[in-house]
Amino acid sequence: MSALVDLMDYDDVLATYDPVLGLEVHVELSTNTKMFCGCPTDFGGEPNTQVCPTCLGLPGALPVVNGKAVESAIRIGLALNCQIAEWCRFARKNYFYPDQPKNFQTSQYDEPIAFDGYLDVVLEDGETFRVDIERAHMEEDTGKSLHVGGATGRIHGAAHSLLDYNRAGVPLIEIVTKPIVGAGERAPEVARAYVSALRDLLRALDVSDVRMDQGSLRCDANVSLMPKGGDTFGTRTETKNVNSLRSVERAVRFEMSRQGAVLSGGGSIVQETRHFDESSGSTSAGRRKETSEDYRYFPEPDLVPVAPSREWVEELRGTLPELPWERRRRIQQEWDLSDAEMRDLLNAGAVDLIAATVEAGASSAEARSWWVSYLLQQANLRGEELAALPITPVQVARVIELVTTGTLTNKLARQAVDGVLAGEGEPDEVVAARGLKVVSDESALRTAVEAALAANPDVAEKIRGGKVQAAGAIVGAVMKATKGQADAKRVRELVIEAVSA
Amino acid sequence: MSNPVSDEITRSTAAELAERIHRREVSAVEVTQAHLDRIAGVDPEINAFLHVDGTGALAAAEAVDAALASGEAPASPLAGVPLALKDILTTKGVPTTCGSRMLEGWLPPYDATVTRRLREAGVVVLGKTNMDEFAMGSSTENSAYGVTRNPWDRDRIPGGSGGGSSASLAAFEAPLAIGTDTGGSIRQPGAVTGTVGVKPTYGGVSRYGLVAFSSSLDQAGPCARTVLDAALLHEVIGGHDPLDSTSIDAPVPPVVAAARQGASGDLTGVRVGVVTQFAGEGYQPGVLRSFDAAVQLLAELGAEIVEVSCPHFDYAMGAYYLIAPSECSSNLARFDAMRYGLRVGDDGARLSAEEVMSLTREAGFGPEVKRRIMIGTHALSSGYYDAYYGQAQKVRTLIARDFAAAYEKVDVLVSPTTPTTAFRIGERVDDPLAMYLADLCTIPANLAGNAAMSVPSGLSDEDGLPVGLQVMAPAQADDRMYRVSAAFEVARDAAQGGPLIHRVPDLAVTA
Ligand SMILES: [Zn+2]
Repeated sequence: MSALVDLMDYDDVLATYDPVLGLEVHVELSTNTKMFCGCPTDFGGEPNTQVCPTCLGLPGALPVVNGKAVESAIRIGLALNCQIAEWCRFARKNYFYPDQPKNFQTSQYDEPIAFDGYLDVVLEDGETFRVDIERAHMEEDTGKSLHVGGATGRIHGAAHSLLDYNRAGVPLIEIVTKPIVGAGERAPEVARAYVSALRDLLRALDVSDVRMDQGSLRCDANVSLMPKGGDTFGTRTETKNVNSLRSVERAVRFEMSRQGAVLSGGGSIVQETRHFDESSGSTSAGRRKETSEDYRYFPEPDLVPVAPSREWVEELRGTLPELPWERRRRIQQEWDLSDAEMRDLLNAGAVDLIAATVEAGASSAEARSWWVSYLLQQANLRGEELAALPITPVQVARVIELVTTGTLTNKLARQAVDGVLAGEGEPDEVVAARGLKVVSDESALRTAVEAALAANPDVAEKIRGGKVQAAGAIVGAVMKATKGQADAKRVRELVIEAVSA
Repeated sequence: MSNPVSDEITRSTAAELAERIHRREVSAVEVTQAHLDRIAGVDPEINAFLHVDGTGALAAAEAVDAALASGEAPASPLAGVPLALKDILTTKGVPTTCGSRMLEGWLPPYDATVTRRLREAGVVVLGKTNMDEFAMGSSTENSAYGVTRNPWDRDRIPGGSGGGSSASLAAFEAPLAIGTDTGGSIRQPGAVTGTVGVKPTYGGVSRYGLVAFSSSLDQAGPCARTVLDAALLHEVIGGHDPLDSTSIDAPVPPVVAAARQGASGDLTGVRVGVVTQFAGEGYQPGVLRSFDAAVQLLAELGAEIVEVSCPHFDYAMGAYYLIAPSECSSNLARFDAMRYGLRVGDDGARLSAEEVMSLTREAGFGPEVKRRIMIGTHALSSGYYDAYYGQAQKVRTLIARDFAAAYEKVDVLVSPTTPTTAFRIGERVDDPLAMYLADLCTIPANLAGNAAMSVPSGLSDEDGLPVGLQVMAPAQADDRMYRVSAAFEVARDAAQGGPLIHRVPDLAVTA
């Protein structure tokens, strides 16, 4: 299918056009109850078991705003550096669709709860790109349709459809960026980094599961091209079903190439909704609408305006956790890292792991060293993300502690870590099972040293003669005899001592 | 075949019945049975009820009797008294059609808050009353289940949309009823049937379970044959409801006390404003004469009469017929055959969901409902929104200001409730604008969210049909209009030689 789509070489696109992005992210809030009723919001329940007259849109039922959702919306707005409306209303967005129980969605239209903010996004090379936020508004989710019998799983061509209203009425926050201009060749990367940063932020706020795979964070990517150096935006397309960070990047890149080909071929872009296909990495046109949708918005008469007091807003500002970028700044300072070192940690996905290891009692230097050298090597060998390694920061901290207290040498510590990675249990269990303890019994060591000197009288003579370097051979022999479980430094001291006696 | 004992029961007021039931002079079951018998006897002529729930009613009455027998205090001052419920309020497991084919056979899985409060108060729900489809109309002629006839003259309409509720009172089928009032649907039926109808302050009675026509205007309220009965019912159904965000979080104004105070007949010091806009062309002379006599009577009770001009009331009708249809076009979108109610054209294969929706809405809605959905859809369209819906909201604000300015000078405002007495069935069905005029005087109070009620002022000297006096009060000052209406009621009956409602012609009772 995608073979039929004409694509322009990415560099050629950039030579001729400037991309303009607009990202709309829908976030399902992890409140216990739905936006306008008391039904639970748990994911994965039996179909139509989490419903009531209100979220089924039964005649006569009325909505009541979930205060916790408003609170989450305000906290998100504050974290995104937005203004918080002193007074705002819900509006009805009218359109017919079977998964919409009332055939209107209760949303916010021209009076969002939060507006005019920004999110600073760190790109892979450490550069910061500021994405301006237009608005964040509250709305309710729709139900889910399951189209049965069609080839595509979409309504067109389906024999019949099943409806599950468990999701209908789940609180959503829609976060809309202002047009993102000036990203140039990095547009796909900016799009991905923005969604990633937003996800981290929402996770830190503890307002959503932010699971893209379960749909609790969904991104629609608006992409258009304008002639290089121009200032009039081109016609945009809106790509939906972008369900992973990687897909965000791919979808933007694909649309740029597709639109570039259309435009340079003298064609024009149709304003339409497009569907991203994970497997092919391409987008395809949704059903073309003959007329532009008129949602006939008007203020929701069943709800009173939301008017958060300034005191409450300030109180909520006080509840904001340390935000991801603030945390990164603090950590960089505390760990005394250069920008480049910090970036390496970020790229390796090591910051949280190191921080947790430090939290568990290790020094930041030791923790960092373990995660970005030996453990990163192991992850690379396994082809896994660092965080996916089967070892916890607490376990790493314990290994470090064993080294610091002299129980393990660095070499033994690596073996202990190998044991944990191999599923042999906690570090202490591995140490015991593998018999990794440093031989610290002085008399045993002395005996081993005497034995080694006796076995190598010529070497002993050399040392006595002042050739201290020759001690290495004796140390090596002792280490061999103790299966590497002795502290080499102490052995050397004992060798010198024995010879001088 | 009329039965003197049961006639005596059905012609009693709710307050009288409650007192006798609570003293255990008569059982709630006897009272309920008398009303069920009356319904069986006269309703084939009147068609006030769409559904009579005899079993449910008797069970509720038995529960009241049992509680009283075990020495419990009555659950409310109206415990054991029967009531007719407009078919727009949901009743769990009991049909709720809104007068529409669209909801034929629908059994709601939940009770409206009003229904729940009635049940908790021990009020006995006899059944569900006829209405214009989805409360759109002024005559019940828009009901999908046939017109309701006015007991005063069965060739005439009982008002609308709540004509079933008002007719049930005038036909002595129930001493109490519930109506809903979006532009006059409680007051205008009250006026043309010689009964009392109250539109409380917007937010005074929960809308939860009231099938929405126009959410910002809809208000449920009490209907009765006396002002005191209406007040007693008002206190049962009123008050804050956490399930309705627009419900007022404040105590119900003391309407029963106000009705009792008014019944003493003294209105000294009460300032009554006569709205000058509600007179002239389009008003039946007999209606105006009855109104003038009513104002004269109020003055004799000691009220100070002041003329008040509310210039923006002239635009109320125009604003109403943009706002109400706009909201209705959205509220009625949910009737799409997907989850409940009518489904047309679903042959299991050939037609799409969209086509089934379309066929269902084509078949399920009557012409007036379709007209308003189309007007509203148009008024909300981009490019028209500002000129229609937006402008109407500005008018609404101006009307509220007119009221506010008037209430700085007077305590209550009065006007005729409706420009004419009950018109003949069929007379206005082909002329929607003439039909809309029936609500000319009642619409402003809905737009402002204020309180207003209709109390019978007498019979028109031209046609002998009832005329209503509208008494309006500021938001949350419902008690003021009850006081004035109760005082007027006493003086009217004294001047006219007995309760007006007793002049309803006898209905032939089918045995
Ligand atoms: Zn629900």
